Amino acid sequence: MEIREKVDVCVVGAGHAGCEAALACARLGLETVIFTVSVDSIALMPCNPNVGGTSKGHLVRELDALGGEMGKNIDKTFIQSKMLNISKGPAVHSLRAQADKAEYSRAMRKVLENQEHLTIKQAEVVELLTENIENMTDMSHLINETNAQNIENMSDEESTQNMTIMSDKERIQNMIDMSHFKNVSDIQTNSGNLSKGIATKKITGVKTYTGAVYESKAVVLCTGTYLNARCLCGEAITYTGPNGLQAANHLTDSLKALGIEMRRFKTGTPARMDKRSIDFSKMEEQFGDERVVPFSFSTNPDDVQIEQASCWLTYTNEKTHEIIRQNLDRSPIYAGIIEGTGPRYCPSIEDKVVKFADKERHQVFIEPEGLHTNEMYVGGMSSSLPEDVQLAMYRTVAGLENCKIVRNAYAIEYDCINPDQLYPTLEFKDISGLFSGGQFNGSSGYEEAAAQGLIAGINAALFIQGREQIVLDRSQAYIGVLIDDLVTKENFEPYRMMTSRAEYRLLLRQDNADLRLRKIGYEVGLVTKEQYDYVCRKEEMISAEIARLENIKVGANREMQEFLESKGSTGLKTAASLVELISRPELSYEMLSEIDKDRKPLPADVIEQVNINIKYDGYIKRQLKQVEQYKKTEKKKIPPDIDYDDIKSLRLEARQKLKKFKPISVGQASRISGVSPADVSVLLVYLEQRNRDAR
Amino acid sequence: MRSDTIAAAATAMSNSGIGIIRISGDEAVEIADRIYCSKNNKKRLINVKSHTIHYGFIYDGGVMLDEVMVSVMRAPNTYTREDIVEINCHGGALVINKILDILVRNGCRIAEAGEFTKRAFLNGRIDLSEAEAVMDIIQSKNEFALKSSVRQLKGAVSDKISKLRSEILHEIAFIESALDDPEHISLDGFSAKLGEETDRICGDLEKLIGSADNGRVLKEGINTVIVGKPNVGKSSFLNLILGEDRAIVTNVAGTTRDVLEETVILNGISLNIVDTAGIRDTDDVIEKIGVDKARKYANDADLIVYIADASKSLDDDDDEIIGMICCKKIIVLLNKTDLEQAVSEKDIEEKFCGRADKMTYMSENNFSAVRIIKTSVKEKKGIEEFENAIKEMFFNGDIDLNDEVYITNQRHKEALIEALDSMRMVRKSIDDDMPEDFYSIDLMSAYAALGRIIGEEVGDDLVEEIFSKFCIGK
Repeated sequence: MEIREKVDVCVVGAGHAGCEAALACARLGLETVIFTVSVDSIALMPCNPNVGGTSKGHLVRELDALGGEMGKNIDKTFIQSKMLNISKGPAVHSLRAQADKAEYSRAMRKVLENQEHLTIKQAEVVELLTENIENMTDMSHLINETNAQNIENMSDEESTQNMTIMSDKERIQNMIDMSHFKNVSDIQTNSGNLSKGIATKKITGVKTYTGAVYESKAVVLCTGTYLNARCLCGEAITYTGPNGLQAANHLTDSLKALGIEMRRFKTGTPARMDKRSIDFSKMEEQFGDERVVPFSFSTNPDDVQIEQASCWLTYTNEKTHEIIRQNLDRSPIYAGIIEGTGPRYCPSIEDKVVKFADKERHQVFIEPEGLHTNEMYVGGMSSSLPEDVQLAMYRTVAGLENCKIVRNAYAIEYDCINPDQLYPTLEFKDISGLFSGGQFNGSSGYEEAAAQGLIAGINAALFIQGREQIVLDRSQAYIGVLIDDLVTKENFEPYRMMTSRAEYRLLLRQDNADLRLRKIGYEVGLVTKEQYDYVCRKEEMISAEIARLENIKVGANREMQEFLESKGSTGLKTAASLVELISRPELSYEMLSEIDKDRKPLPADVIEQVNINIKYDGYIKRQLKQVEQYKKTEKKKIPPDIDYDDIKSLRLEARQKLKKFKPISVGQASRISGVSPADVSVLLVYLEQRNRDAR
Repeated sequence: MRSDTIAAAATAMSNSGIGIIRISGDEAVEIADRIYCSKNNKKRLINVKSHTIHYGFIYDGGVMLDEVMVSVMRAPNTYTREDIVEINCHGGALVINKILDILVRNGCRIAEAGEFTKRAFLNGRIDLSEAEAVMDIIQSKNEFALKSSVRQLKGAVSDKISKLRSEILHEIAFIESALDDPEHISLDGFSAKLGEETDRICGDLEKLIGSADNGRVLKEGINTVIVGKPNVGKSSFLNLILGEDRAIVTNVAGTTRDVLEETVILNGISLNIVDTAGIRDTDDVIEKIGVDKARKYANDADLIVYIADASKSLDDDDDEIIGMICCKKIIVLLNKTDLEQAVSEKDIEEKFCGRADKMTYMSENNFSAVRIIKTSVKEKKGIEEFENAIKEMFFNGDIDLNDEVYITNQRHKEALIEALDSMRMVRKSIDDDMPEDFYSIDLMSAYAALGRIIGEEVGDDLVEEIFSKFCIGK
């Protein structure tokens, strides 16, 4: 007889998205089973050996603030760490750590194995089980009642929180908080509606290759690059997932049968070299930061000051490019064998040479894959050229003249979905209870995957618990930008996060992710009371300190002029507050300690916020004003049962797009390409008409 | 950032006696107060009672601009349920335009098409039953505004703005690539270079604003298109009113194979006249291109001059033309009256009657409203009647696009000013030694503002530019 088990949630795939999703569900008390084709490859890093980087570092910070695992795991297993862009503004500072890949994977596996309510199962899921929805009205009624109650409770909390408003700075801080807060409650009302929504099916479980059935209330798909995967190395094609792992060759058919629209993407990875065959004397050594900043807000900074490994920088040259050009006809991409769309931001070395023909050389970073292996990653030279061309090409690079390749570079093609089939909650519009995250949603990168996995997992749990699901908006988090872009814009290549994609990046800094998101993590239930209390205290300390500095005035006396000159600043004409002095580019909070006699010692993270808030006050205020405008249409929700055919004045193109995307708010509608400002106005008028009709 | 207090002329910008400018929004009274001065200089609009009217003057800095009556109406008992100020000034496009200009400089934004109505509805002022109509107004007015906005822009100005935009985008893309991939792309020495670029772009924007002030940005005049079958005398007619031999005139059908564009002033009314290739079913490739162009021009025209040959019976090609132009404002010239007559005015009227359902601009049940003028271009007859018809239509308001020109001009100028302000912020950030990522915030605002002028959204332009111009990625 076949095995039949009952659980709450099935998570399909144990990569970076799957791990976060499964942990979130289990930690919220739901019986969760996570499926993987290989338990040995949990949290595998099949490409680059690092976590973070520009904007990706932001994602990890945000995920951590919400109660995710990636930040903690990399803090345990990094071997080098760097804060990038440190000479630029605070908004673009980004943390990047080199990981010991094997250790990273092992540490995450240990966390999963010891998580209460979580079961790991090595099996290939081949089918999703669903049933048609007939009558959901009763249930939605229940959900809406819960909503109303929660919102009431929150309003109380909110009002106590805003009792003490003093300085401008504090008001700003409060505005940030309130806006998050309001938004969460807005969305909650909305997701209540979503549940009653328009789905025609609901998920009931999954079936594995061996015939076992797992009945569940929700399923989270995080299949990464495994669906119908094939790897290409020149003319040699293998039908496997990354690293020769077993591909998942059946699930796509089941998804298609459910009416899910699939697409095919591709990505690639460079070769790994034997460290002993590399001549590092011809390369520049790249060190980590002297003082390491941890990723996780709950890691003690003193615990991450370890001895760090080095990376190495070298370059391609004319000879390298010549070999590539001569062998382009043997590249599966240029020969037309590859069908999937690859990312432009992560070009293979052959792409770089063709597209940027005038560049004489490209940088190559040699990075250790771990402390207990001799394998080195050749960053910047991913390729799908045949093995012999690869070897010849790599051997032209300074320091790699005698290199031995341990693993060849390859390109990988895989099935994924068009994410416009998802709500911003990451639930399928048509299949209630089915969620998805990661590369399956058409993104790329470990961090993008983990962030979506966390949100998909949280929402799957909230869905089962009859609680309101969360949607982070574009003014709250990079995670919000990432998901909104995925579900609202038309993406034709694997999506990667970039700081330029965030309109309000001055507010979405990696240094204030805790201030932005801890509260939401706490309300969801993934952040402890203690962690949340710390952030509240931190907030108070920041605003109190700024208020204090505003009230301290210094005169234009000789002593002061001499002090300012000694710090490379210009003298005062009239009295000024310490805030005015700190806002000068050449001065900082720390530099004024001499003349600020009453200063009490404050934690470093508080001082950092005080400095940033004072120095960039004008810019921050402007972005806050823009956010205010943005929130206006974001708050205007669109009921899921809206009939766009009923709105005669919509242009045809807009009507088609709106029917396809089913935006949850007017704000989201306005970001769909093909929906003009006039269409948005028409939509607003229609919604108002509908509201009044209802009254 | 764009203001939420809006302003627009509530009356036509023609040479009538009185013009009204309406302002609506939170800051309506404050902004009006900034430019208003009472007779004794003591009264402030922010202090007056609601629903009162006040005598005074509008000032532009120290210069008195007009003598006005200003009504102040506080929310909620107003058309939009927001604070509203109405300035009754002396009519005339120039004065209204100038006052709108000062309002924009003081924090107003030119209202979008249909925006007062939209606000009135959203704020509960307009009845539910009118919602459909409100939506239609918004959509149709916007489509018209968008179309005319781009169409009225002079080619050279549009090119200039596109060029500035692509320069700005390139700078942003460079900064962003470097931020995204700091280990591959360095920003050393970039500030100084961007500073120079910024100054140059600011200079260009100032010049453009200057030209907008002088009305040199837009094509003014009524867009008039001459259509008809080949060899009915279109080019001869144009030459006649231009008073010169500009178009090639022969008696071979299909001579004008492209289009000719000329500006002529008749009775003080400026017409941009386009002479098109004769429309007929043809296999000649080059002639076909001309015919297609003619259709396109006719479609965008404010006024159509349809010339028919009175000496030859109307045929399928005439039917085709009438079908194409019947939703436009039309003057029909029944030409070649010097020859034996095969077509009467009545024949033409009947043809148009057959299309009555599509004739938006004709008065109901009165097809004599199709102005038909008998002409003989050869004998220079009927030209005076034509000029009078134009004059009549203009003063009846049948053809009157000056409003749109002025509004478009104001919108463009507003966007140009916004772009200039943003570029000055970039300059300031550079001078203040701010980190490079701050530059791109204001560069992006400038880019978006300029895009509004030529009808282009920002979309994924930046990401595209980054990927196509800079080699980034692991």
